[in-house]
Amino acid sequence: MRRYSAWAILREGLRLHRGWPRVWENPETRAAYDVVIVGAGGHGLATAYYLGKNHGITDVAVLEKGWLGGGNTGRNTTIIRSNYLQDPSAAIYEKARSLYETMSRDLNMNVMFSPRGVMMLAQTEHEKRGYLRIAEANALQGVSTEFISPRRVRELVPMINIHGPRYPVLGALWQPRGGTARHDAVAWAYARACSGMGMHVIQQCEVTGIESRGGRVSAVNTSRGTIRCNRLALVVAGHSGRLAEMAGFRLPIESVALQALVSEPVKPMLDVVVMANTVHGYISQSDKGELVIGGGADGFNNYTQRGSFHHIEETVRALCETFPAIGRLRMMRQWGGIVDMTGDRSPILSKTPLAGCYVNCGWGTGGFKAIPGSGWAMAELVANDAPGPLAAPFSLSRFREGRFIDESVAAGVAH
Amino acid sequence: MLILTCPHCGIAADETELAPGGEAHLKRAGPEASDVEFEAYMFARRNPLGVHFERWRHAMGCGKWFIAARATDTLEVFGTYPARTEAPPADLVRRIRRKRPEWEGLP
Ligand SMILES: Cc1cc2nc3c(=O)[nH]c(=O)nc-3n(C[C@H](O)[C@H](O)[C@H](O)COP(=O)(O)OP(=O)(O)OC[C@H]3O[C@@H](n4cnc5c(N)ncnc54)[C@H](O)[C@@H]3O)c2cc1C
Ligand SMILES: [Zn+2]
Repeated sequence: MRRYSAWAILREGLRLHRGWPRVWENPETRAAYDVVIVGAGGHGLATAYYLGKNHGITDVAVLEKGWLGGGNTGRNTTIIRSNYLQDPSAAIYEKARSLYETMSRDLNMNVMFSPRGVMMLAQTEHEKRGYLRIAEANALQGVSTEFISPRRVRELVPMINIHGPRYPVLGALWQPRGGTARHDAVAWAYARACSGMGMHVIQQCEVTGIESRGGRVSAVNTSRGTIRCNRLALVVAGHSGRLAEMAGFRLPIESVALQALVSEPVKPMLDVVVMANTVHGYISQSDKGELVIGGGADGFNNYTQRGSFHHIEETVRALCETFPAIGRLRMMRQWGGIVDMTGDRSPILSKTPLAGCYVNCGWGTGGFKAIPGSGWAMAELVANDAPGPLAAPFSLSRFREGRFIDESVAAGVAH
Repeated sequence: MLILTCPHCGIAADETELAPGGEAHLKRAGPEASDVEFEAYMFARRNPLGVHFERWRHAMGCGKWFIAARATDTLEVFGTYPARTEAPPADLVRRIRRKRPEWEGLP
């Protein structure tokens, strides 16, 4: 793997950029690996990366049915924050957020992490009380957030309609070190680093079956033949139910569509991320000038990667009310992803009823921000066949034990 | 947009008129059930890619519950029937089998 640097750009510039090597290898599959990871989204790739980096395990294949990062990792609106209510969430999301701070350097690739600040508007008394509670919880957890006044909101976002007719802004939960990053680059950077450690990242390789012997996973059937493995990690977001079915168990997960859209590019008008959870809309401005917009998920099971139009209508209506200035912008693109929702809106990082098989899923509408922390925790789980402190609370058994990590109130609709 | 016909009042309602209610035909675990059985009833879901049976309520209409059989990979609707029906009607099952020979049926 050749290092990226200013010097490398200069040198290649002089050679008309003809000397760049492939960013990652495109290998043939081997008959067997120590660890097989299904799903080359951010979470699968980060799991592979930390298996190598933290645990010295590099006999690893990451199998991807489509293209790398073509799942939710390449479809999300890239909001990164860690202002959750419950302690286990704060721990894993803050771990992830802090790893994002140094990711470009650690992976030697610019992932454009932009800690521009994330603001969650309080637009009802109920929501305000909820955010005050989170701010207190975050103070105890060592996550730096504060509840700010409407006046401060307006200083940060002059174009906001503070005195909105339906939902005036009563303040906001503000996390100054939250922000955004380039989603594709995160997947590419991990893939490149994994490939650099000798791991196999194999695209267009769909897993269609899981074989076991004596209650222990032994191989996966794929569109490129059977591949044996000692350990198997299922990291497939919306398709987790499918893979669990192949492995012979069920998950407390429903797959639904979540959509996003972007506007035509405009001059800089918004330099923080604003989320308005009561009215179901959130917005940020990309470096290209497009407004990146998202809202609520569909209410019914769906694998079609297109959502219902009325959700877009609701989102856009809410944002036009909050930011009247954007009312005449044209929208350029709209898309959907299939997100994996759990009942308590918290993820699952866990052993499963099949020995040697682990799941990392349930990140739902908000797992982009968690990618590095999740990979870190998942690698620990797979390497030791036991969860470390970050993953332990997120086990599957919490549903049986009634030990929920309830973020459905704190996270509202969103991300 | 998903359009389902309410079997009670016969109206073809789009999803904004309906409230989704999750997987249908779950067997409630009784008072003597073990933790594992109760977990399976409360939380574990089929979440299939393909034929799915789902509860819906005609929230903005007659207010009654019904069950829709539809495909989660295409949004095709096979049929609807009242929620108090214990198992999918035989003619509906036949119709689904004709369209989806690979369907394994409800366990
Ligand atoms: C519209 C939208 C907006 C979002 N906004 C945000 C946000 O602002 N902030 C945030 O933190 N999160 C957000 N999210 C959530 C976030 O995108 C996801 O939680 C996260 O990307 C999940 O990553 P992953 O690696 O688990 O899954 P994915 O990136 O979906 O990767 C799973 C991969 O598994 C592959 N796969 C599936 N089945 C198989 C098989 N049988 N064989 C081989 N491969 C298979 C898929 O092709 C896919 O590439 C958003 C999601 C959506 C859809
Ligand atoms: Zn009706």
